Amino acid sequence: MSLADKDRIFTNVYGFQPWNLKAAEARGDWDKTKDLIAWGQDRIIEEVKASGLRGRGGAGFPTGMKWSFMPKESKDGRPSFLVINADESEPGSCKDREILRHDPHKLIEGALIAGFAMRARAAYIYVRGEYIREAEVLQAAIDEAYAAGLIGKNAAKSGYDFDVFVHRGAGAYICGEETAMIESIEGKKGQPRLKPPFPAGAGLYGCPTTVNNVESIAVVPTILRRSAAWFASFGRENNKGTKLFQISGHVEKPCVVEEAMSIPFRELIERHCGGIRGGWDNLLAVIPGGSSVPLVPAAQIIDAPMDFDGLKDVGSGLGTAAVIVMDKSTDIVQAISRISYFYKHESCGQCTPCREGTGWMWRVMERMRTGDADLSEIDTLYEVTKQVEGHTICALGDAAAWPIQGLIRHFRPEMERRIIEKQGTGSMMEAAE
Amino acid sequence: MADAAHIPDEAETRARWGAFAFTDENLAKAKTIIARYPEGRQRSAVMPLLDLAQRQVGAETQTQGWLPVPVIEYVAAMLDMPYIRAYEVASFYTMYNLAPVGRYHVQVCGTTPCLLRGSDDVMAACANKGLVKGKTTPDGLFTLTEVECMGNCANAPMVQINDDNFEDLDYDRTIGILEALAAGESPKPGTQIPGRHASEPEGGPTTLKQMVDANHDYRGEWG
Repeated sequence: MSLADKDRIFTNVYGFQPWNLKAAEARGDWDKTKDLIAWGQDRIIEEVKASGLRGRGGAGFPTGMKWSFMPKESKDGRPSFLVINADESEPGSCKDREILRHDPHKLIEGALIAGFAMRARAAYIYVRGEYIREAEVLQAAIDEAYAAGLIGKNAAKSGYDFDVFVHRGAGAYICGEETAMIESIEGKKGQPRLKPPFPAGAGLYGCPTTVNNVESIAVVPTILRRSAAWFASFGRENNKGTKLFQISGHVEKPCVVEEAMSIPFRELIERHCGGIRGGWDNLLAVIPGGSSVPLVPAAQIIDAPMDFDGLKDVGSGLGTAAVIVMDKSTDIVQAISRISYFYKHESCGQCTPCREGTGWMWRVMERMRTGDADLSEIDTLYEVTKQVEGHTICALGDAAAWPIQGLIRHFRPEMERRIIEKQGTGSMMEAAE
Repeated sequence: MADAAHIPDEAETRARWGAFAFTDENLAKAKTIIARYPEGRQRSAVMPLLDLAQRQVGAETQTQGWLPVPVIEYVAAMLDMPYIRAYEVASFYTMYNLAPVGRYHVQVCGTTPCLLRGSDDVMAACANKGLVKGKTTPDGLFTLTEVECMGNCANAPMVQINDDNFEDLDYDRTIGILEALAAGESPKPGTQIPGRHASEPEGGPTTLKQMVDANHDYRGEWG
């Protein structure tokens, strides 16, 4: 059974209705926010924990538990901060954009509640630089909320003072990594920090900080209003809730849609995307969670439940639920090579294995694409991905390695075919004269 | 790097931009921006201020704008930070132009989700209109850049031109947009599929249909 409209959190996800405060209030946002805050920090965190909400930015860390790492009191006078990650740049991901431009008050209200629960003084919402219009809408919504007394001093008459600020990025994928984001807000290059110290101990300006994804924060007010049990009634054990799925690539009708977690892949596509272009027999492979997770061949994905564990079981991951569908017309080596180029372009240059490795892997992938390689180089490439993976400060190295590993795991015969064909048709290699 | 910007001659740049200062309006904006960060952390404002400065240069040159060295120096001085720290930021983030660009900065997304939906056709349309990757057209109108994922994947392929996104493109639609811009018109941003509103499935949403015509409140059905 499909998720009912009444159980969808982002009712204005398509922006058919205005995003402004008046319209948002009519949809149920900012409804007795003061009473929710009156629950107190512990009860809010317990409720979020009980809902089973896992971070929606890719890693899937339990949100309530993350909040509980924040200090309960400041022993040295340092304030705490909430940083909201709206640096949506993972290829395939386009959900936070819809929240920012069509339902911004859900995010702002969530920021207040989450900020209160973790005893933060202010929230910085880091919006990717390219979301220019989206940031304009968000800023206008924040101005509305200030004018209405919903944030700022005595926010929503709760007695709690809380500020919300927008910080725009300027075109660097790496700033989606939480410590790079903190560096960027501090006015530096976005290069990830070594952990520990973890942000909950020393983050923004050296103060305790929690970084959460837009969707994780924006769903919180609704969870509190409707109860943890309601949210936990969707999805399988350990994979609870509703989720914005973003389907791109070779489906008849690409779209963003909120569905229950664990919906089978086939149902998601049939129900909302009009099926695979050219029919199910034409499906080649799917990247189910944004470019950094390995691809899954058609046969394995079709009946897989779209959740954290279901996709882990097929050797991939849910990531941001950015589903990139590829039919049999796809040049699969080119598709992955283009992702390799992306990581080469976005490597921050701090760690050698990633800085050098991403460029090297892309160049070899380009030769794999044209077949201008030696069969033995497939193993070399695989080995290099293993050398990059796990040997960098942040996960960008891993993210660059996994798509290639997925390709070799599932499409090695295709890579070999190109090389053999090229060797067969091309002129024989001759010694230099 | 081969694709690095060709930074113009510094003496010429200094002659033209040495006296750069924010307009009164932008100065007021800059103060608001700086106030968003805690005292003594004004450095945090370097990114928004560089953006503001680039926009002012753009307004003065009738282009998308860029960041000449004296302008970066001005921003660094305003925030009491060394020039090199500000330059580091300007050169790290791709949205700061270190060399002049045209009136319209045509940024075609070429990452896999757009690639799968036909970004090559968008590129071909640009090429047939005389746009060359990394270059500005001789009339100063268009600069073409291939960029990485812009986060419009359910409306791929797409192009960002200055502050607006044009989505659900194909060859003809891209030509139409470029021709409209060249003629001084303002083509409608967003999806270019007639009848599509945003990121709902083409032909109408499969969910939340009540929202199309009315601001429906679902709370009555919560139970």
